[in-house]
Amino acid sequence: MAERYSSFTKGGRLWLWQRITAAFLIVVLAFHFFLLHFVHHADEVTFAMSAGRMQQWSYYSLMILFLVTATFHGVNGVYNALVNAGLTGAKRRVIQVVLGVASLLLLVQGVRTANAWAGIDLLPIL
Amino acid sequence: MSQSYDRGLIEDFGRWREFSAGMWAWIFHKFTGWVLIGYLFTHVAVLSTALTSASADPATVAANQDLYTQTIQALESLLIVRILEVGLLAVAVFHILNGTRLLLVDLGLGLGSQDRSFYASLILTGAIVVASVPTFLAGVSL
Repeated sequence: MAERYSSFTKGGRLWLWQRITAAFLIVVLAFHFFLLHFVHHADEVTFAMSAGRMQQWSYYSLMILFLVTATFHGVNGVYNALVNAGLTGAKRRVIQVVLGVASLLLLVQGVRTANAWAGIDLLPIL
Repeated sequence: MSQSYDRGLIEDFGRWREFSAGMWAWIFHKFTGWVLIGYLFTHVAVLSTALTSASADPATVAANQDLYTQTIQALESLLIVRILEVGLLAVAVFHILNGTRLLLVDLGLGLGSQDRSFYASLILTGAIVVASVPTFLAGVSL
């Protein structure tokens, strides 16, 4: 049998999700750059304009999905890079926990920020 | 049955002189990926200044004197930030183009020309970045 050149578990769902999120991010990251550097210019950013965009449910939901997919794709990519570099055993477990906690913090802070623009109060702390 | 062998660690940068186009593509994809995830955390941290602006006096926000607007505009007034943004664009465009190439290869498309599609990704990245420089540097002074 030919050697497999992949750090992903064979038949694993993470492999597939890394590619599904990639396909989504290709389009949305390009859109994000185009909108915020070419349609609008970065030095013209104001809170009112950002809030105006985020108060549209279509833009808000796209940005939340962007945050979730980018966090997953980025953190899963880092994890796989570390596994490729020889991460095993207890260190691998520690890295899994650290990356998991970092992802969670990023998602919470990202949603809090989006909600601040959109004027959404989900919970007193959010 | 093909011969089995110990390939060791995938990453052995000491052998960089032996690297083929595909290996360079893999290294560049990894490097740009590290930059992008690092930037994502930084980006959300900077944007979090919006939390302070959301509870600020509406008159302050209307006058663009709130923390978020002031922070973004102060950063964008710095040439070094604009230059770093051009770098970020280069990193993002390469990751997007090479990522598209990887998805196509995963689907079994273009494997025979994967080296040429890597070179095309590099050239297209360079062209897009150069064409974007005037927009990214507009309105900033030394």
